[in-house]
Amino acid sequence: MADFDITSGERDGMGPHGTKVGLLRVLGPAHVWALGVGIVLVGEYMGWNFAVGKGGAYAALIACWFAGILYTCVAMIDSEVTSTVAAAGGQYTQAKHIVGPLMAFNVGLYLVFAYTMLEAANAITAGYLFSVVATMSGFEGELDQRPFIILVIMFLAWLNYRGVLATLTFNLVITAIAFSAILVLFLSTSGVLGGGIMQHAALFEGHELPYGWVGVLAAMHFGLWYYLGIEGTTQAAEEVRSPARSLPFGTLAGIMTLLIAATLTWYVCSGVLPWEFLGDGVNGSVAPLFDTARLSGSNGLVWFLGFGTLFATLASANGCINDASRAWFAMGRDKYLPAWFGAVHPKYRTPYRAIVFLVPIALIFALGAPLDQVITFSILSGLLEYTFMPLNIILFRKKWPMGSIKRGYEHPFHPLPAIVLLSLCGITFFAVFLGYGTQLVAMIGFYIVVSLWFHFRRYRFVDRGAQFTMPWPKPQGY
Amino acid sequence: MSHYVPPKQGKLSQLFDVIVLVALTVGALFVPLWLNMAGDAKEVTTPVENPTWESLGQNAVQAGQYEALGYTPETAHDLILARFDYSFTTGALITMIVVIVAYYFLMLKFSEAEYREVISEKFGQK
Repeated sequence: MADFDITSGERDGMGPHGTKVGLLRVLGPAHVWALGVGIVLVGEYMGWNFAVGKGGAYAALIACWFAGILYTCVAMIDSEVTSTVAAAGGQYTQAKHIVGPLMAFNVGLYLVFAYTMLEAANAITAGYLFSVVATMSGFEGELDQRPFIILVIMFLAWLNYRGVLATLTFNLVITAIAFSAILVLFLSTSGVLGGGIMQHAALFEGHELPYGWVGVLAAMHFGLWYYLGIEGTTQAAEEVRSPARSLPFGTLAGIMTLLIAATLTWYVCSGVLPWEFLGDGVNGSVAPLFDTARLSGSNGLVWFLGFGTLFATLASANGCINDASRAWFAMGRDKYLPAWFGAVHPKYRTPYRAIVFLVPIALIFALGAPLDQVITFSILSGLLEYTFMPLNIILFRKKWPMGSIKRGYEHPFHPLPAIVLLSLCGITFFAVFLGYGTQLVAMIGFYIVVSLWFHFRRYRFVDRGAQFTMPWPKPQGY
Repeated sequence: MSHYVPPKQGKLSQLFDVIVLVALTVGALFVPLWLNMAGDAKEVTTPVENPTWESLGQNAVQAGQYEALGYTPETAHDLILARFDYSFTTGALITMIVVIVAYYFLMLKFSEAEYREVISEKFGQK
């Protein structure tokens, strides 16, 4: 077994790269939970309901649970690899050490685009929410949402620029409030506390499976949105005090939280809102939990869920900026991207150039594309990443069998989670193909073109042996 | 294996690489949008003239919720009747499968060649 123990806490995150200033190790398991759940919880506040539009309410519930299985596999696999490859860049760094540079470059881009698109979707939703609040407050006419979209992205980028501890502590607080809002809405409207307003049977009558079983398959496309981003906990690997304990604990606690939140969300929204309205996130229900609260007849719930939606979008956008910038930074540090991006702020110890650079990219998408397209772009990048994960864990166990290096966490039942994950990814590709096939092909076309660009141009600037920074023995079979 | 020494990249060259990457990224999302080919094929195939809640297939509870949300049968018409078209050709499905499989095959093949070079330089020849 290799001498180096990832659980020892000896390693400075930047040490292997020989830089003088490293990222700060200041985070605990609660911050990891807040990062993961904070990014994802907005998925319960908006976006998941497109799954209802693609297959009906029952289809969205089935998709919710199957996507839950998919993400449980993701969390298990991720926990093992990340607790061993504890470095910024998350899955990018894993791919670099386990599969190879080109795969790593692609995975890095999946991460950046999945999170930047999610950030753009959050800003769009925050802008919408401000316009609704303006209307509720008596504002007449159509409120221009663009200044609010710009303000949200700029404010959160500034927060990220200033330091990771403040950023994720802020996330911890607002994520906890947003999660509490879902629980309170469920308790107040389901009949647990006082009279319930759920009307599932009457609302589903005649519309149980409007597209038949093919709709159930199609719903898997947006079913991912319930949980997309939980894998982002790995990006904090270089900034947690104890990666081997904090990362598996925070990630697995996060997926359990989300399974509960997703099911409760489906229950309260589908029991109050008609499926056609609920399923159209552009012309119908942009923020379904908020819309459910509006029909509850309680002003207190309307305001609480309004703040919950706003906090969820802020927490998610905040976490997305954090994660996307770490992935971009890590690629710059390895010269997969221009080395200028691989700099750490001398005072705040954050990847400040990567943070600033991604702001206009997020703005282009938030101001220029419709919500469902932005979400689909994010989901597709996520899906390509999840398809990589089973390949990654199979190669990881093959190249460094159990006992050859010390793992912070070992996931059970290998290779079952990898096989289940790969099968569910295949189903989800088909689900995206139903209705959004052109985008799927355009997206993969994009990744093929940038891969050729990387292999034939960019890779010449990369130092071959130096990019392998883990203190592991030589992989078996090489 | 001899140690590979990468060339030093100048500022202008770095800027050029960033511009290429941003252009490709923006193009991947916006070109399908500009060509009006990007998803969301929801359409009203059988519109209803002078719609009522009954003719839109809504029972009393469903109609009541729509009214609580501020809709009338006229304003809810498109929202209620729009549907995705899930019909597809076998050729389109096979094309998608081939594109995805070819993409991962390409990734793994090129990555493996690059990875062997990395391991060889890091640990020396087998």
